[in-house]
Amino acid sequence: MPELNDSPILLSRHLLGIDGLSVGEIVGLLDLAEDYVALNRAVAKKQALLRGRTLINLFFEASTRTQSSFELAGKRLGADVLNMSVRTSSVSKGETLIDTATTLNAMRPDILVVRHQDSGAAELLARKLDCAVVNAGDGAHEHPTQALLDALTIRRRRGRLEGLVVAICGDILHSRVARSNINLLSKMGARVRLVAPRTLLPAEAARWGVEIFTDMKEGLAGVDIVMMLRLQLERMAGAFVPSTREYFRFYGLDREKLAHAKPGALVMHPGPMNRGVEIDSVIADDIEVSVIQEQVEMGVAIRMAVLDALARALPQEGQNAP
Amino acid sequence: MTRTAFINARVLDPATGLDAPGALFVDGETILDMGPRLFHDAKPADAKFVDCKGLALAPGLIDMRVFTGEPGSEYRETLASASHAAAAGGVTTMIVMPNTDPVIDEPSLVDFIKRRAAATASVRVLPMAALTQGLAGQVMTEMGLLMEAGAVAFTDADRTIANARIMRRALAYASTFGALVVGHAEDPDLSEGAAMNEGEFATRLGLPSAPPVAETIIVERDVRLVELTGARFHIGQISCRASLDVVADAKAHGLPITCGVSAHHLALNELDIASYRTFHKVKPPLRSEADRAAMAEGVALGIIDVIVSSHDPQAADTKRQTFAQAAFGAIGLETLLPVALGLYHTGQTELLQVLTTMTTAPARILGLEGGRLAPGGPADIVIFDPDEPFQLDAVTLHSRAHNTPFDGRRFQGRVHMTYVAGERVFDRAQDTDV
Repeated sequence: MPELNDSPILLSRHLLGIDGLSVGEIVGLLDLAEDYVALNRAVAKKQALLRGRTLINLFFEASTRTQSSFELAGKRLGADVLNMSVRTSSVSKGETLIDTATTLNAMRPDILVVRHQDSGAAELLARKLDCAVVNAGDGAHEHPTQALLDALTIRRRRGRLEGLVVAICGDILHSRVARSNINLLSKMGARVRLVAPRTLLPAEAARWGVEIFTDMKEGLAGVDIVMMLRLQLERMAGAFVPSTREYFRFYGLDREKLAHAKPGALVMHPGPMNRGVEIDSVIADDIEVSVIQEQVEMGVAIRMAVLDALARALPQEGQNAP
Repeated sequence: MTRTAFINARVLDPATGLDAPGALFVDGETILDMGPRLFHDAKPADAKFVDCKGLALAPGLIDMRVFTGEPGSEYRETLASASHAAAAGGVTTMIVMPNTDPVIDEPSLVDFIKRRAAATASVRVLPMAALTQGLAGQVMTEMGLLMEAGAVAFTDADRTIANARIMRRALAYASTFGALVVGHAEDPDLSEGAAMNEGEFATRLGLPSAPPVAETIIVERDVRLVELTGARFHIGQISCRASLDVVADAKAHGLPITCGVSAHHLALNELDIASYRTFHKVKPPLRSEADRAAMAEGVALGIIDVIVSSHDPQAADTKRQTFAQAAFGAIGLETLLPVALGLYHTGQTELLQVLTTMTTAPARILGLEGGRLAPGGPADIVIFDPDEPFQLDAVTLHSRAHNTPFDGRRFQGRVHMTYVAGERVFDRAQDTDV
């Protein structure tokens, strides 16, 4: 059980992305999360680590699983959790965001978890607020806790990340999950492949040091891990792919395509899934290959580890708040 | 299996550069052997003989741009009637355009064209599918599924996708599957309402007109988008010097771009419109003599890859109109070879190079196995006299429509026999229509 261990894990007082993390910091978070996996499986899950701390979940974009995962993580660690869902006005979003930040700052939270539809929003808030900021997804930029929970899931199943071949498939262009995962997996020594139609691949994607495939069977050949991405509904109807049936035919994960992966390859999905679009139900529900439910469980543990790590850098009792 | 020996032929194979007296041996649907020495020592005992009497024997022509009226406007032309015209013109493969009614933008319709052609047409028919749904220039089609159904390329036929963002995405998506995109270059705003080429003659006729740059602007844009996306791109037709220069430059830079020209734009210029002859209203419009000469030069230099008929049958309802109101389009399947041979007769282009533009070049661009006289390849053959003079009588044409701009014109070079998959589909000696 994680006792009141306060040796620092993170150098920064925020978690804005995988980009700023070292291998040591990532391993530290994953190791810490292992303890929380055990705790979460125990009957008594409550800790006092964050007692007296205020956690604000500020979500500008609808989210069920990430928001509830952070809420649960905060509550299990004893923090007071406030959920704020903010509807954005269409005009002067930047200004609204800074105004919101100023208002929130006056409420003196300790940790702010933020999701925003614009890339760079978490970083902007981090500059304006005195508290620790956790990026729970900013635009098409980063979603660091997702990448960490994916890494934890893989590490627990395979014992390592180094040397594994991971195919990330689908809407890479709009995906913050893909960006954070490419970053983390590459840092940890895994080999990353991207599989998508050209319309869903960002410009110069090969500069990430990944291999690019437009043919899914080729892209999945011999991989250890298949990470599927969600295709947003508004992107299916002709703008980026012509139809869902065509997408499923060429990029939906079914038994036939999965057969090209290494035997026993794991299938992951950040959720929520579009069954019959990017993944066949037969695969999604196959507990032999799909670790999708496990990812959700690891999500809570990773977020507890992140909150724990950030709390170690917060001003302690007896110190004056800045 | 029927075996047929074509003897005493002048064998012309652009793929290998062969131009020599020789023979060709066909077994069933495929070519068994060919060459100058074939049958020198012994003649096959079990074969049927066709004496070519010194006529030229070449791979059957592949016409990359054919419009029919099927489905939707069968009164203008069916796949069957177009195939008779094709056979009489030495065309053994027609690539048909998707702007029918309904538009060929969905896999079951590609299947329909293939089945219908197999049942009714006497030559090979391969469909291009629409690049955007309903040719509306908005939503791309299911290119992967359409390719699996048998679409050989993707095009919005005679429409330009005005929106560069949509064109970019369509090209990027096509490149995912290695699909060929065929573009039409005509800026829809610059050419809106235009009936002919802008210039002195249009001014004198008082007709609404569009300048050649309406084409070149789109050619330039699409070249840039190909550079960005890496898609395989073919410009269906160019018609002016400036476009030719852009294509030459793009090719010099190694871009995967090819282009075509219609026989009309090689043989006619804007002055041929004379007194508002609507059969001369085509898309893009007939240009100046300088532009026409540039097209011939483009073929000679190999900048223009293919010559197409741009066969577009129209009936009285669409052509018996004022020039401004008449539909675009002229038929051309039967005049394709004679017009193209004009480049040979003027001494501008070698005979084999003229044939290349209608055989090996389209086969290469579309990835077809025909277009050459190779053992094992399809026995699609045209037997023609490259020099025979004749005067065209529109009444004798096999197309259901008669909107040819060449009625009464004198040509040199005439098709005598056409074979598709080893079967004779046209024989001038027995042609009842003549």
